[in-house]
Amino acid sequence: MKKIISSSMLWVMVIAASFLSHVAYAAADIEVNTPAIAGIKQSMQQRHGQLAAHYSSGAVGLTADGMVAVRDANAVPLAARGGVNSVVAAENQDRAALYREIARANGHPEWEAEIRSTFAQRWIQKAQGGWWYQSASGAWTKK
Amino acid sequence: MKITHLTSLVLLGTSLAACVTINIYFPAAAAEKAADKIIEEVWQLQKPAPERLNPGSEGQKAEKSTPAQSTQPQK
Repeated sequence: MKKIISSSMLWVMVIAASFLSHVAYAAADIEVNTPAIAGIKQSMQQRHGQLAAHYSSGAVGLTADGMVAVRDANAVPLAARGGVNSVVAAENQDRAALYREIARANGHPEWEAEIRSTFAQRWIQKAQGGWWYQSASGAWTKK
Repeated sequence: MKITHLTSLVLLGTSLAACVTINIYFPAAAAEKAADKIIEEVWQLQKPAPERLNPGSEGQKAEKSTPAQSTQPQK
């Protein structure tokens, strides 16, 4: 009788364990709804108005590591060149913080590099035609 | 009975091992989805809204259906 009870208890444990593995599957979703991430997103959204013109002119391009870079400063009038550098620097600061915060929000700071490379591919994928991006070899390519 | 114990233990072991493996690997598909959502928000990309087209296409359908109905009595 004891054996029967103990074996049925084991089965309950097996069922519980398989349920837990389902919970783990659900947790495999990436958490992006934190106040820190929302703040960075908002800041980037506001800056996009300035950057969009530079993406179109080819002055700024999307890099292979999920950042932005001044690609052709000559595409910007001399007086506005300093502004481009500072907007690019601010954008890269936000992007680095975004990747770091997403990794941290999911309890895996070591995922930062993978999150960054995922974003790098998706930024380029979603870029408008005519925008410039850096291929894996480092060469600038027009989309 | 021993066999039942053994299988339960093996199952328990594999289930627990599965839990650990799932958490270690980077969820690439979920990350891609999350990245897309953020990029769409930052770049304010709007997905094509087919719902907006529906009233127009329904109207066209309604217009088309009237001549179709008028042809039916002729048959």
